[in-house]
Amino acid sequence: MNSVVTVKNLWVGLGEQVILEDVNLKVQKQDFLGIIGPNGGGKTTLLKVILGLIKPDRGSVRVLGTTPENARKRIGYLPQRSLFDQNFPTTALQVVLMGRYGRRGMFRRYSSGDRQAALEALEKVKMASYAQRAIGAFSGGEQQRIFVARALVSEPELLLLDEPAAGIDAARQKEFYELLGELNEKITIVMVSHDISAVSRYVDKIACVNQKLYYHDSKELVAEDIEEAYRCPVDMIAHGVPHRVLREHD
Amino acid sequence: MIEIFQYEFMRNALMAGAIAAVLCGVIGVYVILNRIVFISGGIAHTAFGGIGLGYFLGKDPLLFAVFFSVAAALGIGMISSIRARVSEDTAIGVFWASGMSLGIVFVSLSRGYAPDLFDYLFGNILAVSQTDVELILGLTLVIVLVVALLYKELMILSFDPSYGEAMGLPVRSLRLLLLCMVALSVVVLIKIVGIILVIALLTIPGAIGRQHADGLKRIMIISILLGIVFVFAGLVISYYLNIPSGATIILTAAAVFFASTAVTR
Repeated sequence: MNSVVTVKNLWVGLGEQVILEDVNLKVQKQDFLGIIGPNGGGKTTLLKVILGLIKPDRGSVRVLGTTPENARKRIGYLPQRSLFDQNFPTTALQVVLMGRYGRRGMFRRYSSGDRQAALEALEKVKMASYAQRAIGAFSGGEQQRIFVARALVSEPELLLLDEPAAGIDAARQKEFYELLGELNEKITIVMVSHDISAVSRYVDKIACVNQKLYYHDSKELVAEDIEEAYRCPVDMIAHGVPHRVLREHD
Repeated sequence: MIEIFQYEFMRNALMAGAIAAVLCGVIGVYVILNRIVFISGGIAHTAFGGIGLGYFLGKDPLLFAVFFSVAAALGIGMISSIRARVSEDTAIGVFWASGMSLGIVFVSLSRGYAPDLFDYLFGNILAVSQTDVELILGLTLVIVLVVALLYKELMILSFDPSYGEAMGLPVRSLRLLLLCMVALSVVVLIKIVGIILVIALLTIPGAIGRQHADGLKRIMIISILLGIVFVFAGLVISYYLNIPSGATIILTAAAVFFASTAVTR
């Protein structure tokens, strides 16, 4: 039983519109799966279905051997970057502690164990020395690290990241993805992104979603998949060994 | 200056003001962080409908103000989330004006005239009775208790509600609860600064606190202390200059706010 996520014949619609059509996906333990696809293609919706925030119209979703709702406490989630108040009066540590909410439940205060876990999570993203600094004092990339720590603090078995590199300047992206690679040694990661080239360099499996999901349980995508998903001709980019993603042209 | 506190109404006024400062310091920070200042304004003005109804029925106007303000909190909070093509600020506008209209219609239907109507609009802290002080204290205790119990939930709601939702936090109910706490606070504050001036007391102490502190709890403490200073100073100034107390309290607060803003940047 190494399957972390199993999606079978999943259909999701919004009113008349079909968002996801007959999606099948299996995520194995220790996978680092990148899900790419055009905006509005259903990437975020797929993550939300795995989290149990959106109910499928048809099909089945099993996460960590149970229903998405039951698994949610064992999932770390980094939502798409929201425009939060940059002057919000709170510290990095307090933000990370929010990730313990699911374990603590309503009405209860955070314990010293929660605080310890938050510091350890900050340690993992190499931000522990700034625990008491105001959240607004960090750069975009540092804030994303803190939000990753918030996703990690519940000690999840699966990490779902929605456009985690958004707001990080290009020079810092490499080190951010390398950090995710380190985390992947212990944890299964599913990451959504629209940035094909960045994703292809760091993940070990790629799926492409645009209403339908194209996935071969590997890092290779055939040109027809991408062209069909993006509905336009795609230039094949070779990243060269060992980063080759796309098959070479005949 | 001591002699002004030998009057019971002065002692009541000061007591009510100090408790109200605690209330504003605690709830005001959330009003600012959740950007619900004008929802609070809408709730306060809708309460005037209840004041009018109280007059019309010859009962305590504040009792009816509670119902109207809570209804406004739930109404504004829910209308904008049911996809009725009504945005939040539109809902505020509708509640705000119709509450005031209802109030004025009820007052005009009432027999006799309403001598202290002006007090409800602009506040009269000197008219606060012993019973009022007890009511204000009771409501403040309830709200402080709720905030203490839901401190971490309110933090998530204020900082990142979409994340909270993904974590299973009942974000919508929590927001309605916050609006209801604002509604109750508004009723408490009506006696002191009046319907029209309520949002100033809810926002100014917290706004200044935020300019000088980084943590939520520290901002609350600064707001509470500032609130007490504003009420005390406003009360004394209004007594000696013989001008309306509610407006004097607000103007004192506003003066400090502008000075603080000038110093901060």
